[in-house]
Amino acid sequence: MKSQHHLNFRVRLFQCQIVCEIGNYGRKEIYSYNEAGGMRTRHIISIKDFDRDGIDRLLDQAEEIDREHGRSDALNGKILATLFFEPSTRTRMSFESAIARLGGSTLSVGSVDACSMAKGETLADTIRVVSGYADAIVIRHPKEGAARLAAEFSTVPVINAGDGAGQHPSQTLLDLYTIRQSMPIEGIDIALVGDLRYGRTAHSLASALSLYRARLHTVSPNGLELPETLAAELRESGMEIIPHDTIDDLISDVDVLYVTRVQRERFPDTASYFNVTSSYRITPEILTNAKKHLIVLHPLPRVDEIDPRVDDLPHARYFEQSRNGVPVRMAMLMEVMR
Amino acid sequence: MKNQETGDNEGLLVRRIKNGTVIDHIDGGEALNVVKILGITGTTQEALSIATNVQSRNMERKDIVKLTNRELSKEEVNRIALISPRATINIIRNFKVVEKKGVEIPHLIEGIVRCPNPGCISNTNEPIRSRFEVVPKGLHCCYCDWMITKDLTSNII
Ligand SMILES: Nc1ncnc2c1ncn2[C@@H]1O[C@H](COP(=O)(O)OP(=O)(O)O)[C@@H](O)[C@H]1O
Ligand SMILES: [Mg+2]
Ligand SMILES: [Zn+2]
Repeated sequence: MKSQHHLNFRVRLFQCQIVCEIGNYGRKEIYSYNEAGGMRTRHIISIKDFDRDGIDRLLDQAEEIDREHGRSDALNGKILATLFFEPSTRTRMSFESAIARLGGSTLSVGSVDACSMAKGETLADTIRVVSGYADAIVIRHPKEGAARLAAEFSTVPVINAGDGAGQHPSQTLLDLYTIRQSMPIEGIDIALVGDLRYGRTAHSLASALSLYRARLHTVSPNGLELPETLAAELRESGMEIIPHDTIDDLISDVDVLYVTRVQRERFPDTASYFNVTSSYRITPEILTNAKKHLIVLHPLPRVDEIDPRVDDLPHARYFEQSRNGVPVRMAMLMEVMR
Repeated sequence: MKNQETGDNEGLLVRRIKNGTVIDHIDGGEALNVVKILGITGTTQEALSIATNVQSRNMERKDIVKLTNRELSKEEVNRIALISPRATINIIRNFKVVEKKGVEIPHLIEGIVRCPNPGCISNTNEPIRSRFEVVPKGLHCCYCDWMITKDLTSNII
């Protein structure tokens, strides 16, 4: 098919949503235009909505928040609605903690079955109603593209906190933030380990890292390799991808080990599951050949992927990573709500 | 020397129309998809004739669709480009071809195509139409990011 790309200003998602590049920085942002007032509403839906400057700016902001010990009154009196149509205590708690530390408060829908969605209301209607109650909406939903739809019907900013197998940009931003605390992101060698087929956190992180000329090493069980379409897209953006058979093969070459959960449901029986998890398990023994500055990350919760003895090694950064969710989400809220 | 190419066969198959549109040079076998993509069904009003696998001047097979009393909008014409980029549109008034134009691949396609991802929000009862961005590799779902790279016609709604 013929290419019809307009790079500088193209209507991309919706008639009302436009990706525009601003000034000389080439900042990509998604706004929806309120026809009446001409006001712009900023949404954060996918890590792909950011370019490198946008990411760096947000991480700088998170760092500044961290320096100020994570409190401010920047969003005093503002109200955040957290709409979670799927359970996720951590993501939700860290968004709630983030708004509280900025002086704002949270409105949340108790349990999923208590909300009107369960009574058959469309998401579009729920969003139209809730955007009248709150100054921004954080949404987690089982359907892919749900957050885009929400942005289309919302009159306030929408932040995607995970849409099915789709996007989860706050996770990617906090992953990047954690890497940046230890080393410059530019040009790192990173290993993605585990379920690379369904692991959306690994996918989004890989796409974001393609902006930083990182080199990707992969190790995954048979059948759970990086999807070919994503691999092709990454290679096209100039990323080098090196598949390995074992963690041993790559451990001395990488700066970051990003471990993801391999779900029991992906395997026909418990025996094959244990076979796989034991051969991909991160242990202090495996790490003896690692670079001194190597960091181990995991989006949590972990099950058997990382031996608890690793927790005490200087390489272990996964709890730090989870804690970083708060300043990063504070920066995201400030970006869209201020 | 009119009707040197296909016209003779075609003339046998399809009567001349007074006013309407002739969609010519449709890739062989795609006529029914063209009709589908225009949203024409048994319950719509147009008088319609279809000729498929007609021998064309360059020996390739082509299809032709003739619609009586209907002139297609630009947007409708562009949908046709998705399945048959070489098609030509002839507007007929009083038996004469008064306008002839090619088709152009649109940037954005709304409705028409269904997202093949069963987990996509566009496949639910939400009050939205499917929306795809046309990129070099195929159609990119604006909601879930899936790409349709082949067999587009089987995803036409
Ligand atoms: N009045 C008509 N009714 C039906 N079909 C017509 C009519 N006039 C022209 N056509 C058809 O429209 C197409 C374009 O017509 P024309 O411009 O004359 O030929 P061409 O593009 O092949 O040089 C041809 O397939 C022709 O058979
Ligand atoms: Mg002709
Ligand atoms: Zn889709």
